Amino acid sequence: MSEKLLMKGNEALAEASIRAGIDAYFGYPITPQSEILEYFSKWLPRKGIAFVQAESEVASINMVYGAGGCGKRVMTSTSSPGFSLMMEGVSYIACAEIPCVLVNVQRGGPGLGTIQPSQGDYFQATKGGGHGDYRMIVLAPNSVQEMADFPGLGFNLAEKYRMPVLILADGALGQMMEKVEFKEYKRWEADMSWATTGKTPDREANIITSLFIEPEVMEQVNLKLQAKYKKIEREVLEYEEYHTDDAEIVIVSYGISSRLSKKAVDLAREQGIKAGLLRPITLWPFPTKPISDLIEKGAKGFLSIELSAGQMIEDVRLASNGRVPVKHYGKMGGIIPAPEEIVDEIKKMMEEK
Amino acid sequence: MAKEKKYIEKDGQKFEVVWEKPKGLKDKPMHYCPGCAHGTLEKFIMEVLDEKDLKEKTIGVAPVGCSVFAYDYMNVDMHEAAHGRATAVATGISRVFPDHLVFTIQGDGDLAAIGTAETIHSCNRGENIIIFFVNNAIYGMTGGQMAPTTLGGQVTSSSPDGRNLATMGYPIKISDMVAMLPGTHYVTRVAFNNPTNSRKAKKAIEKAIDYSLEKKGTCLVEIVGNCPSGWKMTPLESYDWWEENMIPYYPLGVIKDKGVLVEKKGGK
Amino acid sequence: MLQEVIFAGFGGQGVLTIAKNIAYSAMLEERETCWFPTYGPEMRGGTAGCTVTVSDKPVSSPILAKFDTGVILNQPSIAKYEAKIKSGGLMIWESTNIVNGPTRTDITNVPIPAYKEAVKLGNRVVMGMILLGAFVQKTEAVKIETILEVLKKTLPERRHNLIPLNEKALRRGYELAEAIK
Repeated sequence: MSEKLLMKGNEALAEASIRAGIDAYFGYPITPQSEILEYFSKWLPRKGIAFVQAESEVASINMVYGAGGCGKRVMTSTSSPGFSLMMEGVSYIACAEIPCVLVNVQRGGPGLGTIQPSQGDYFQATKGGGHGDYRMIVLAPNSVQEMADFPGLGFNLAEKYRMPVLILADGALGQMMEKVEFKEYKRWEADMSWATTGKTPDREANIITSLFIEPEVMEQVNLKLQAKYKKIEREVLEYEEYHTDDAEIVIVSYGISSRLSKKAVDLAREQGIKAGLLRPITLWPFPTKPISDLIEKGAKGFLSIELSAGQMIEDVRLASNGRVPVKHYGKMGGIIPAPEEIVDEIKKMMEEK
Repeated sequence: MAKEKKYIEKDGQKFEVVWEKPKGLKDKPMHYCPGCAHGTLEKFIMEVLDEKDLKEKTIGVAPVGCSVFAYDYMNVDMHEAAHGRATAVATGISRVFPDHLVFTIQGDGDLAAIGTAETIHSCNRGENIIIFFVNNAIYGMTGGQMAPTTLGGQVTSSSPDGRNLATMGYPIKISDMVAMLPGTHYVTRVAFNNPTNSRKAKKAIEKAIDYSLEKKGTCLVEIVGNCPSGWKMTPLESYDWWEENMIPYYPLGVIKDKGVLVEKKGGK
Repeated sequence: MLQEVIFAGFGGQGVLTIAKNIAYSAMLEERETCWFPTYGPEMRGGTAGCTVTVSDKPVSSPILAKFDTGVILNQPSIAKYEAKIKSGGLMIWESTNIVNGPTRTDITNVPIPAYKEAVKLGNRVVMGMILLGAFVQKTEAVKIETILEVLKKTLPERRHNLIPLNEKALRRGYELAEAIK
């Protein structure tokens, strides 16, 4: 077993990326993710790996476009306002099918907002954000250990499906320290023959582009992307269940709020309330069927716990499809509810049902 | 030394070959308007890459603007960048392939308006890339709107009464600006308006490529260009306007040349 | 065992570091732990706070509303956290600088003149260590020996000469706390 370390989520994510064979990192400082940039700024140059502190998030995402198009393992990280600035580039990257790992350590918005943790970017992460019909695989860690586990997984998925993979964390996960263990990493084989490496006489020139001006061609590009997304929906899904077997009220919660929710389930169970938790780990693809299946098992209602006005709840409602009540509880603007408040919400739902 | 004559046969007729496309250009008709400087630039770049046998280690970046389809013509690996972001994309490429030759082709709207920050900062970091900057004082692709480089009084589709310097600002001289930055190694202004200038332009392209191979930092070659369609002129009229208005404001010649190449022994 | 602690004081008093020593020690003692700081402008001279959980079971929520123990280094934090200590809990506070200690009677009140004692030991920087010694005595969450091991791992080699002073401070805090029932 490898050594256990005590690290901040941001640092663990950066260290894990190095261990997963990152070839280049481009970023811009923004709280609460700057430790990622700082960690890379220290270690990448020493290892001869490309590192650039860009002039803006707009520039960093386009550097990712360039280096990722060369078939290299590339990452950028930012926090909410910075991710908004990257949206143009993300759309281009999705269309040009460039593998890369993006990290959004969310803070409270809208606007300049606050630097405290939030989960207000769910729509942006899972429903687009940039223009056009595109998707990203979205991984939502809920511990420092997962902050360390997901960059490697992200790179593998990104290369397998030739697309951006987003790690959607938040300020709490980035700033807190927990024990972390860097597991042995298995890099998947991937076909990278599409990358721009310099045209050799034995092949046509490789072009990285998202421009297909003929509508008939652009339609085909879209159909190809959609077929890929369908395939991913069949092949990629991660979620965790906690006390769901006999649960009457099931909390659906991801990231840092799933940690609060787990405690709330424990507190509720101590009071004899049959509560459970389903934690989506991939936010896209979303665990629609597992949530739906819980209704067959006896779930009488879902409580979506998010640090937002209620965004993921729309996907939980789609999964429930009107069969059982779905409610939201959460706080905005960087405020984090106490597990006890969640227990109160569970109780309210029990009374109403 | 007289070159051996070369002939081809077409439709039963024998033709003497007096000019050939550079091998580095794909056999595809260009979409550029008659008289436009863009095609000439792409031809020259590919000629030099052919002559120096550099195509296998070259990666280009096309912009948004008239040369958006440059990758349809230039037979090297290429990226098509978002509007203004070409030098950021080139930075990404150059940083993971430091031994490659990385270039961008960008227009004045792309490089001097929406992409000014990327341009300045790539130059300031001294990224080992070549920026080919085609300045035709107008947004050509979108239909001839005013660009930051549009001359005072110049009529465009978005300055129908002529560019009013008091309200619309002054024509920006990007090359002079980036020449001030320590990161740039070679900044020069050229034009293709006559054979003499064209020959000089090709030399400048060659020099930039040589510097880049020596990893000297950022090189920027500004091509003071024309835009017959955008300027609403015939190609020939545009050549006159080019000479009488453009070149006086954007004077040709080397703006900055930090270092003469050390000649490598043993030829190319 | 579950110990949920809030460390709070002025930015620059070393609150985050002393809290980290506990989290790190807990990890070395094969316990589960989580260290969660306040961050941002609050850190710049304002009040810095840090939550540490030490547990035998995986830590669920890193963010807490109620605490078993408060280790408080400045006056504003008394007001901020006194009400958030669980009934039967513990408040360890630096009594040289804090004038008004906690007034609740359902928690154990542990005033430690850590600043004065640190000055006596010759270096006021070890004030936090004296409070940690008191924390260890009252909670038994980790061992003093483990904290010393952590210092060896986290302090740069050139600062290892300070470890004996830190040990003295830890033991002094322990003694002072022993005297308070």
